[in-house]
Amino acid sequence: MAAKTLTIDGKPISAEEGATILQASEEAGAKIPTLCHLDGVYDVGACRLCLVEVTGVPKLLPACTTTVAEGMDVKTDSERLRRYRRMILELLFAERNHVCAVCVSNGHCELQTLAYNHGMDHVRYDYLFPKWGVDNTHPLFGMDHNRCILCTRCVRVCWHIEGAGTKNVSGRGAQARIITDLNIPWGESDSCTRCGKCVQACPTGALSHKGSTVGEMERDRGKLEFIVLAREKKQWVTAD
Amino acid sequence: MGDAMILSDLTQIKARELAARKKVVLRVCLAAGCMSSESKGVKERLEQAVAEAGLQEEVEVRGVGCMKLCCEGPLVQADPENALYIKVTAQNAPSIVAALKGGKAEVARTDPDAPFFKRQLGIVLANSGIVDPERIESYIALDGYQALHEVLHEMTPKEVVDAMVASGLRGRGGAGFPTGLKWGTVAKSPGAKKYVICNADEGDPGAFMDRSVLESDPHAVLEGMAIAAYAVGADQGFIYVRAEYPLAIARLQNAIKQAKQLGLLGSGVFESPFNFNIDIRIGAGAFVCGEETALMASVEGKRGTPRPRPPFPAESGLFGCPTLINNVETFANVPAIYRNGAEWFAGIGTEKSKGTKVFALAGKIKNTGLIEVPMGTPLRVIVEEMGGGAPDGGRIKAVQTGGPSGGCIPAQHLDTPVDYESLGKLGSIMGSGGMIVMDESTKMVDVARFFMEFCMDESCGKCIPCRAGTVQMHNLLEKILQRKATVRDLLKLEELCDMVKHTSLCGLGQTAPNPTLSTLRFFRNEYEELLQPDKFGPPGNGGPRESARTP
Ligand SMILES: Cc1cc2nc3c(=O)[nH]c(=O)nc-3n(C[C@H](O)[C@H](O)[C@H](O)COP(=O)(O)O)c2cc1C
Ligand code: SF4
Ligand code: SF4
Ligand code: FES
Repeated sequence: MAAKTLTIDGKPISAEEGATILQASEEAGAKIPTLCHLDGVYDVGACRLCLVEVTGVPKLLPACTTTVAEGMDVKTDSERLRRYRRMILELLFAERNHVCAVCVSNGHCELQTLAYNHGMDHVRYDYLFPKWGVDNTHPLFGMDHNRCILCTRCVRVCWHIEGAGTKNVSGRGAQARIITDLNIPWGESDSCTRCGKCVQACPTGALSHKGSTVGEMERDRGKLEFIVLAREKKQWVTAD
Repeated sequence: MGDAMILSDLTQIKARELAARKKVVLRVCLAAGCMSSESKGVKERLEQAVAEAGLQEEVEVRGVGCMKLCCEGPLVQADPENALYIKVTAQNAPSIVAALKGGKAEVARTDPDAPFFKRQLGIVLANSGIVDPERIESYIALDGYQALHEVLHEMTPKEVVDAMVASGLRGRGGAGFPTGLKWGTVAKSPGAKKYVICNADEGDPGAFMDRSVLESDPHAVLEGMAIAAYAVGADQGFIYVRAEYPLAIARLQNAIKQAKQLGLLGSGVFESPFNFNIDIRIGAGAFVCGEETALMASVEGKRGTPRPRPPFPAESGLFGCPTLINNVETFANVPAIYRNGAEWFAGIGTEKSKGTKVFALAGKIKNTGLIEVPMGTPLRVIVEEMGGGAPDGGRIKAVQTGGPSGGCIPAQHLDTPVDYESLGKLGSIMGSGGMIVMDESTKMVDVARFFMEFCMDESCGKCIPCRAGTVQMHNLLEKILQRKATVRDLLKLEELCDMVKHTSLCGLGQTAPNPTLSTLRFFRNEYEELLQPDKFGPPGNGGPRESARTP
C-alpha cells in the first residue's frame, strides 16, 4: 500500500493510504478528542469533537472519517477548535441528566474526562432536565437513558462485532434514543446474547454492569479490540 | 405495439393525437391545490354539460396539471378563446359550456395576459396545465420522448454529458451543483451497476414545486431520468417521493406503467441496447431524508440519517454503487435541453445561473401560486409585478427564500436578481424554490424562531451540534420573544449559530442557523428591542461568562 506524507500540527509524518487523520495523528503524537469513535468498529462522524482544520479546505473535517492525502496540512488544535469542542461538551451536559457525583462511571467516564480536559468549569446553556427512564429489566446489565449521549457505539458493537442486532436508535432529534429490538424492555429481548459488548463500549455511565455502584464501572475496551484484531487480521495478541 | 417502439410509432401517436384534437378544449386543473377545492367535481360537471349540449364532437374537457394561479382555484381555461375562469364550482361550471354557444359565463375570469402569467417562462412547467398528466399520448403529442430517442440514437453517452455541461444547468435541489459535472463524475466512476435517483422528498415548509411538476407532467421527469441514465450508464432508477404526496405517487405509477407498455422504459428502449427501469420508493416524510445520503440509506431500508461525505454518491452511493441523484426540477429540465439544444438553454438566465427557476410564491402577497421565471429576474418583478404586492395595500418588508436553510431578504434589496450568487451574497440561498413574502406585520424574531423550531423537530439526532444546538438556539429565541433575555443571551445565540453552522454533519445542521443569522443581519434592532437590561452590566465586565473561553 502506498504511503502518504502529510503534516500534523507542524510535524511531518507518513501514513498508510486509506488511513484516517485520526489514525495518522497517533503517530504524530497529537491527541484529538473523540467520543463516537471506538477502536474496532466503523466510524460515523457523529460527535464532531474530532473536527480538525486542514489548510486549503474551508470546512472543518472530522478526523475519524477523513482519509489522509498527500501533502495535507492538518491542525488538530486551535483556539477556535477548542471553543467549538467545549461548546459541544456543554451541549451534551445540558441535554440529559449527567450527574457525575452519583454515576457508576464517575472517574472512568470519557465525557467527564473530556470536560476536564477542555476546562469546562460550568455549563452556560440551560439544563433541559428531560425525563428519561432507566431500563433495569436485563439480568446482567442496566441502561440509564439519562446518561446516554447517543454516540451509537453500543449499537455498532452489537451489530458489527457481536452480530446480534439487538441495539438500535429510534426517534429523531432530541427525542432520539437507544432501543432494544423493536422497542421492548431489554430483559425481554431474545436477540440479546448477553455478551456485554455494548457495556464495554459505552463511553459514559449509560450502560453498566448490574451491581456496580458509584464510580465502580470500569471498562475493558481491550476486549473489543482483541476480538476484532483476531477476526479481521488473524492476530491473536493485542498490541500491548 | 409491444416492446419495439421506434421513432415512427412516436410520430404516429403524435399525429393521431393532433388529428383527434377538438375545436375547443376546456382545461381543468387537477393538481392537488385545485383538487382540494373540488376541481374533480367541476370536471365531471363540465363533461356532463358538454354532453347535454351535444357538443362532444367539438369540445374536449381535459384534466391537466397546475395552471399556476393556485390562490384562485379551481381554474378552468377555455381554448382557443383564451378565457381563464377562476374559483369555478360544480354549480356554475355549466355556464362555461353555455358561453361556448354565445351565452354568458357566470364565472369570474382573470386576465391570462396579466404579468403573473406573461412574465413567466415555461421550461419545467411548459406542459403544466396543458398536457393531460394521466395520458402518455398527450405528452407525446407535445414532442415528448423525442429527446430520448435522439439521445439514444444520435449521441454517445459522453456527448450527452458534454451537452449537459454546455447547458450550464445547475441542480435545483438547493445547492446548485453543476449538473453536467455530476453526470460526468458518475459516468466516469468505475462500476458495472449504477443507479439514478430522483429526489422528490420536498420537505421545505410551504414548498410545492416538485409536487406540482410530478402531478402536472410526470413523463418529463421520467424522460429526464432516462436520458441521465443513458449518460451515466445506469439501468435502474428510483424516485423517492414522500408519502404525503398521494396524487403525485399515483400519477407517477400510472406514468411508469404507460411508459413501460409503450417500451419507453424497460429493456431495449427504442430498439437500442439501453435498458432502464424506474421504481418508486415512498418516504415517511422526514425532512432529513431529502439529504442525499440519508435518502439513500432510506432506500436501502435503513434508518434515514446522513453520513459524512466523501465518499460522494457519485463514487459510492446506493448499495455502494455509483449513483446519480438529482432533484425533480433538475430532471424536468432535461428533455427540453436535448430537444432545443444546450446553447438554447445556456442563452437563458445569467452568466452563472442558466435557465429558469420555479418558485412557490406564498405569504403576504396578492397572487400566490407557482411561477417559473428566467434566472436573473429581479425579486421586485416577482413580488410586485407578478405577485401584485402585499394585499390591502400593505408594505412588503422582506422576502424569504430557501426555507429553513435560507434567509430573509429585506425590502431595500428587492432589486436583487434571482440567481445563486446574488442570493448567496445576501446570506440567503436559492434553495429549492420556496418564496415567502412578509409584510410589515411580520415579526422577524418570530420568523427565526419558526424555522429554528422546524430544524429542531427535523434534526435526525445523529450529530451533537445540530441535535442539541438547535434545541438551545430555539430556547434562546423563545426567551428573547418572551422578553426574558439579555444581551448575554443574544451573544450566546450568535455563538451557537456560528458553531452549529461550522460543525454539523449535514446540510440540515449547517444551514439551520441561516434564518436566524440573516434576520440578525438585517433586522437586529427587532432582537435588541426585546432584550432586557442585564443585571450584571455589560458583558466583559465580570459577571457570568458569555463566551466559551478555554484555558
Ligand atoms: C436537510 C436537507 C434536505 C434536503 N431536501 C431535499 C429535497 O427535498 N429535495 C431535493 O431535491 N434535494 C434536497 N436536498 C439536497 C440533496 O441532498 C441533494 O443535494 C439534491 O437532491 C441534489 O440534486 P440536484 O443536484 O439536482 O440539486 C436536501 C439537503 C439537505 C441537507
Ligand atoms: S448507551 Fe452508551 S454507547 Fe450507547 S449510545 Fe448511549 S452513550 Fe453511546
Ligand atoms: S446536522 Fe442534524 S440532521 Fe444532519 S446529521 Fe447532524 S443531527 Fe442529523
Ligand atoms: S470521533 Fe469523529 S466525529 Fe466523533
